[in-house]
Formats: sequence, structure tokens, C-alpha cells
Amino acid sequence: MGRVVLVTGISRDIGRRFARAAAGDPSIERVIGVDVVPPRGDIGDVSFVRADIRNPVIAKVLAKEDVDTVVHMSVIATPGSAGGRGTMKELNVIGSMQLLAACQKSTTVDRLVVKSTTTVYGSSPRDPAMFTEDMGPKRLPSSGYAKDVYEIEGYVRGFARRRPDVDVTMIRAANVIGPHVSSPLTNYFRLPVVPRVLGFDPRLQFLHEDDLLRVLRHAAVTGIPGTFNVAGDGLLTLSQAVRRLGKPSIAMPRFAVGRLGATMRQARLSDFSPEQLGFLTYGRGVDTTRMRTQLGFEPAYSTAEAFADFCREMTSAPLEGVGRA
Amino acid sequence: MPEEARGEAVVIPIGTGGRPGRGTGKARPSSAARNLAPAAQKPAAKKPPAKKPAARRPTGGGPATEPRAEKVADAPPPRVGASGGGPATESGAEKVAHAPPMGGIPVSDWLAAAQGAAAEVFGDDWERRLAELMAFMRRRLEGDYEVDDYGFDRELTERFFMAALRPVAEKWFRLEVRGLENIPAEGGALVVSNHSGTVPLDGLMTMLAVHDHAHRFLRPLGADLVFKMPVVSSLARKSGATLACTEDAERMLSGGELVGVWPEGFKGIGKPFSERYKLQRFGRGGFVSAALRTGVPIIPLSVVGAEEIYPLVGNVPSLARLLGVPYIPITPFFPWLGPLGMVPLPSKWILEFGEPIRTDAYDASEAEDPMLVFNVTDQVRETIQHTLFDLLRERDGVFS
Repeated sequence: MGRVVLVTGISRDIGRRFARAAAGDPSIERVIGVDVVPPRGDIGDVSFVRADIRNPVIAKVLAKEDVDTVVHMSVIATPGSAGGRGTMKELNVIGSMQLLAACQKSTTVDRLVVKSTTTVYGSSPRDPAMFTEDMGPKRLPSSGYAKDVYEIEGYVRGFARRRPDVDVTMIRAANVIGPHVSSPLTNYFRLPVVPRVLGFDPRLQFLHEDDLLRVLRHAAVTGIPGTFNVAGDGLLTLSQAVRRLGKPSIAMPRFAVGRLGATMRQARLSDFSPEQLGFLTYGRGVDTTRMRTQLGFEPAYSTAEAFADFCREMTSAPLEGVGRA
Repeated sequence: MPEEARGEAVVIPIGTGGRPGRGTGKARPSSAARNLAPAAQKPAAKKPPAKKPAARRPTGGGPATEPRAEKVADAPPPRVGASGGGPATESGAEKVAHAPPMGGIPVSDWLAAAQGAAAEVFGDDWERRLAELMAFMRRRLEGDYEVDDYGFDRELTERFFMAALRPVAEKWFRLEVRGLENIPAEGGALVVSNHSGTVPLDGLMTMLAVHDHAHRFLRPLGADLVFKMPVVSSLARKSGATLACTEDAERMLSGGELVGVWPEGFKGIGKPFSERYKLQRFGRGGFVSAALRTGVPIIPLSVVGAEEIYPLVGNVPSLARLLGVPYIPITPFFPWLGPLGMVPLPSKWILEFGEPIRTDAYDASEAEDPMLVFNVTDQVRETIQHTLFDLLRERDGVFS
């Protein structure tokens, strides 16, 4: 008797690939993908259910399909694809709340995996070198993706408190990078000239896309409860990353980079949000001891290797994806 | 070609435009000789140092050797040993003599000059060291180096920061380091030092002293202002610093690093000159609880001499508030002499590492006992204060 896994956010590339990979796992019997719009690529054995997690229909899907594991990965980082900040917040926060409400009512669900991000820790000059799972952000995020994720994490904790019989795993993934990833950060690295904040050299940590898929599957299969930072070993500084990329970079004062980012956002060239500016100024590092000791997961790529894989794709198809933002 | 070029290395009569025998024997060439010297001679002398900015130039490297080179031209046994340039040959001297005086120096001579200068800058095995330098530059440009969790760039620190600080420490402040045996060869330890000097040069000098004499890297803990400031923040992380917070201190100490703290903080570094060598409050004792929790020894360090480098006689609190910095220093020289006022006074420094205060006898849970933490903090503070007084009594003068 394998598990029945419900995956949210399947229309996006990373969700679709995770669902496909999970469907191939022998201990998983069935994978159901849920999203408002159908996935663009091949979903293999995954059955797609068109449902909006923002309304209570999702509870019916859970009951009808006898879902016992929910993998929530539809939290989006940029308003670009959703159509605006308002819609993005609606999708992220209200969607998560509805999903959690449905899970709470469900009698079959006994495992919940939430894909969160290390962005919740924020970036500030007062940050410790490495964040552990017990630490919070030094200043509460006031807007954007970080705020959404922070609020979602709060609701997930509330859910875990109300349903102690459900194993809740929260995966705080570092910035995901890889040949197929289109995120604000990868789009930033795809710019022909990389703008940097003058006088700052942030530390960056990456997680390879394959490792993200593996860790979510690992969490869905093992069901070890808790919150875990997941990142590749080691760190790169931004200057180092740009040099490895072999691209020219230009250092500008912080306000100029912010202005440029806003302009590029208006021109739909890149999603350069204020929290990303903070990240590219002060950087961030997370401690992954618990990922090894408790979760028992070992990433296949280190930060440097993940970035090297990303660079390889860049050099083979240098302009592909530039306009994809 | 290299053989021949090396042979001629010594006879290049830089400064006489290729005519031997024009030297006056004085320290400075005659005006006639200076007029003869082609204007293009400078690049030859300057080129190799420009390749390695961090390299310490031999004292008076370029111009000072010119008069000697002139003399060499008519005296066949030249200063071969000093430059390592190879034996001089008569033919080389002749060739040079026949060359037209202005700009007619053969290419091989330029090469030889570059080679001789490279040997001058890098020493005898200059070829290997130049290759190393090129490899270093290539690694830097390709980003092919490692940083640790805190952003510490070991290679850059060793090859660049330390090399840049070393002449300041040795020639300007004439650092005298005592009590090196108190620094453990391995394992975590916490160096606690007094803080002074308006600009945290004492931290940099301590890092250099620990690196050069104890062969370990001191990992300083810095205030959050350090990490807020552009340039300073990235330099601080690259040289091994991290934020002074409990999490980082304990992480570093349990990782077996030698950590340096200056618990007086801005109160110590920005105190007026009249209060020199009077220790300020030692923070809230956070460094002691970090040491207690990780069970590492505390090594008190007393620095004498740093107080006098920029005597702080005044402050502009309103401007400091406006700029968001703790103080705007006024020294007898600083705003008045402009950039010249930023040159620190050449006081003589003494760094004395005291006997380690062991904390492994305490239980880790005793770090929660505020009374114990205060007592240990006071003990460290008293030790440093008394050592400071002893050292002050002992020293002859500020600048000697």
C-alpha cells in the first residue's frame, strides 16, 4: 500500500518535475497534481486535477482521492507570473490557509510537506553568519515574498499545533539554482552585465534543483517532522560567482542598484525586488546540521557545484532565458 | 636569449642614456647626466612592482640604485650578488656604449632591465615566484578560490592584507609581541583585548601579530556598524571577521577558531586622549558566557601604544549622529592637515598576551549564572588593566 500524494502548484516547472519524479518512486502509489492552470509539460503518470486551492473545493479533492500526503509547493516568489502583487499574496497566503484548513478537516491526511525558503531569515548587517532553524529574522519582513512565506510558516505552525497527529515537515530551501530554474536570482545572473552593490560582497548559498526535488521526495516518503534548512555545502561570494560565470559586472551604489531594479521590473526585464536587493547587499548563510542529523538528507551538489552546473548551461546557451523573466 | 640578456643585466646604465663614464660619483647624477637620461627610463624601473602591488619594494628600489649603476658601468665586477642578474660581459657593455644616446636602447636591454628588476623585487627565485603570482592572479580573476562559512578568504588575507599590514607593523609601529606561548597552537580560544586608537588599527595589528608569530588566524568579532558600511564590510568578512553576536562567537569557538574580541567597543576606541589606558566597561560580558558555554580559555591581551596613534581631543556629536557613526574624531592633526592628518603617529607598540584564564572547569550551564559571568569579566578586565599599567611603567617613551 503506497502513499497517495497531492502536489500543489503543478503548473510551474519545478512542481511538475517534482510530481513526475514522485510518481516514479516505488513507495508512492499515486500522485495527484493540483493547480488552476494545466501544466505545460509532460506530467507522465501524474493525474491532474484542476482546482483552485484558494477555495474549499480542495477539501473535496483530498477526501475523494484518499490523499494521505500533501506537498505544498505553490508559493510563488514573484508577482510576474501571477499578474500582480495582490494576486500573488492572494495565491500564496489565502491559498495556503485554505489548503491547511482542508488538511485540518481531512481524516486521511497524515503528512504535510511545505516548501518554504531561507528568504524568511531576511538579510541585514545584524545577521549571524549562519542561521539555524531556531532563529528568526532580525527584522520582520515588511513586504513581498519574504512576508508571504513568513505568514505561511506561521499558519503551518498553527496547523501543526492543532493537528499533532499530522507530521509536518517544513523545508527551508536556499536559493534554488540549476539549468531549468527561472527565478529572480537566476534571471539576475542571466543579465548580460551583472549589477552589484558597491562595497558589499554578499555570501550566497545555493541548492541545486535536483536536490530540491530529492529532498521534497525524501520528506514525503520518510515523513520526519520538523523545520529544516536545506542548502548545498559551502558558500560563494557574489564577486566569486560573477567571476566564475565569466560575465562583466558593474558595481553601483545601493540606491542606484535599487533604482535600476525598479526600472527593470517595470520593463518586465527582471524581477528585482527590495528583499533581493537586501540579499545581494548583505547575503545570508544557513546552518544545515539538522538536515543531516535529523532529516538524514545529503545534497548531491555543493553550492559551488550547483553554481557550476548553472554556469555550464549559461555558456552553452548564453542568451536563452534572458527574455523569459 | 635569456642567457645573453641576463649577461647584460648589470650594465644597463639607467640614467646616463647609455654612455659610461658620465657618473660623477656623487649620490645624485650631474644635471648633464640627468638631461641625457631618456624620459622613457621610468617604465622599466616601475613595471615589475606594478605587477604585484602587494610586494614590498626593496628600500629605495628604483631611483636610488641609479648612481651605483653608473659606477658599475666602468668597473667590470658589478653587484652581481645583490641583484642576482648574472655575470656581466664586456660585449654587453660595448653594445650599450655604441647605442645612440636617446631612445636607442636595444630591446634585449629592456628585457634584461625587466628581468633584473623582477629579480630585485621577487628575489633570486623570481621566476617561480612570478609564476606563483600569475597563478594567484588567474585564480582571483576566475573566482577559483574558497571562502569559509563566514566569508573568510584565506588566500587573499595571507597574500594581500597581511602583506600590506606587515610594513606598517614592523617599520612604523615597531610591534613588540610578548607572551606568545599563551596562545594555544590549536583549538578554540578567545583573545580579549583593550581597544583604543580612534581607528581600530589595534585589531588589525593584533591579527597580523597572531598570524606572523603564532601562525594562526585571529578571527575578530566586529560591531554591526562594520557590516553596515560599504567596502569595510566586505573587507572585514574576507579577512575573517564576523558579527559580534552570541551565535557567531559560539559557532567559531566550538569550531576550534582563535577568536578575538574587543569588549570595550566604541566606548574604548573613541575615548578622549585624557582617558588613555583607562579601560571602559567590558560590554555585558557576553564574551565570557560564550567562552563558558564552549569551555575555551580566555587569553587577555594588553596593547600599549595604540592610544597615541590618533590622540582624540574632540568630537562632533551632532555630525556623528547625522552620519550614524559613534563619533567624529578631532585630533591635533586630523581635520586641520587634511589627508596628512590621517597618518597615525609612529608610537612604539607592545602587545602582551597574558596567561590564559581557563573556563573548562566550569559547567556549560554555569554560563547562565550572571554573577559568575560578571566575576570572570572583572577578572579579565583587571588582568588587562594591571598589565597595561606595568607595561606603561616599563616603557621609556611613547615613540622610542
